[in-house]
Amino acid sequence: MTDKRFADPAAAVRDIADGASVMIGGFGEAGSPVELIDALIEQGAGDLTVISNNAGSGTVGLAALIKAGRVSKMICSYPRSADSEVFAEMYRAGRIGLELVPQGTLAERIRAAGAGIPAFYTPTAAGTNLAQGKPHRRFDDRECVLEHALGADVALIKAAAADRHGNLLYNKTARNFSPLMATAAKTTIVQTSVVVRLGSLDPETIVTPGIFVDRMVLTDRAPQQLDPARSEAGWL
Amino acid sequence: MTPRTPQGLDRREIAHRIARDIPDGAYVNLGIGMPETVAECIPEDKEVILHTENGLLGMGPPPPPGEEDPELINAGKEPVTTVPGASFFHHADSFAMIRGGHLDICVLGALEVAANGDLANWSTGADAVPAVGGAMDLVSGVKAVYVMTRHCTRTGDPKLVAACRYPLTGRGVVNRVYTDLAVIDITPQGFAVRELAPGITLGDVTDRTAAPLHDARSIRGE
Repeated sequence: MTDKRFADPAAAVRDIADGASVMIGGFGEAGSPVELIDALIEQGAGDLTVISNNAGSGTVGLAALIKAGRVSKMICSYPRSADSEVFAEMYRAGRIGLELVPQGTLAERIRAAGAGIPAFYTPTAAGTNLAQGKPHRRFDDRECVLEHALGADVALIKAAAADRHGNLLYNKTARNFSPLMATAAKTTIVQTSVVVRLGSLDPETIVTPGIFVDRMVLTDRAPQQLDPARSEAGWL
Repeated sequence: MTPRTPQGLDRREIAHRIARDIPDGAYVNLGIGMPETVAECIPEDKEVILHTENGLLGMGPPPPPGEEDPELINAGKEPVTTVPGASFFHHADSFAMIRGGHLDICVLGALEVAANGDLANWSTGADAVPAVGGAMDLVSGVKAVYVMTRHCTRTGDPKLVAACRYPLTGRGVVNRVYTDLAVIDITPQGFAVRELAPGITLGDVTDRTAAPLHDARSIRGE
């Protein structure tokens, strides 16, 4: 029987190794898998390369992981926001590396990794500082830049609902990078507050098919969202 | 002689001027900051569909206080709402809309715009932490790139220049610039003034632009 559920976040992140590359879903706080990140901090892995649109805000989640000194490099599009002082301090002190990637190129590099495409050309960033040192080529009279696929050892993402196969739904703009990251990591770990009985998600509406998901944990019970008739005993 | 300080349009008036040029049915992305004002100025009789790159087409205005949803935000990470017909999607689809040429118009802010259409709007080159977001994708993919900006910086330096000094967002990407003083097209001949704000003379604009300006008002019979 296929059942990707793990007992708790600690069990789900236990084998993440020092030096791992870790994709973290979310756009700002929307879709950030905070409980999985907390478990990763607790677990202790360091020298991580983190791939995420932002570089954490406030003092929780990714910002806490960075503050704990576990991240040696960020790959992101927008590490600067009103309350992203944790990353800024580490960066100014030379204690964290940064690969800045245009947001659409970041998304497409992740998508390409998940789809088995090793590299692609795009006009985005051609002729700018962010394309320096990259091969350029003209297509249809437009200057384009060669960009490489971006996969990872692990993806940590948050879903709004799941079944035991790992079929996922998301909530509003909390979806963002997570469906892409799920396809591009060797091990995809999902946190969700709702697990429903297999067969009760409409196949027409599933956003991430379960084949892209390896592990799931239930992180809170969000009772207002529960439908007991559709819930799996022991999870809700 | 003390040069006269021209009183051009305020931020909201520039936004209204831009909204006038956005056709009914257009799919539009508004950059963070000043361009967001355009959303408030689109007339009721036009259905303009707003895209936000974090995964929403059909973005509505901010919610009333108390009704904010932390999982329903715009690219500036501010709470928003949806309008009827809205859709959510992941980042690859969102940037397929941008990079695949499906969006009709984006309106962006600028540090500098050059006469050849180069845009600099993501970095002063001296930022403590560089950040680019979706700006380079928008300028490379959206069908029409409009810039909304004050004509000069706070210290009075022209933002419309012969060549950008700040790091580029894209080369030759801007189609039109809307400022407090004028509407200016980027043409193969450089900056071309299409329209002056009320009470503004061509000389006012020329004095505050660090590149040659062509008067294109006659071309349109204005």
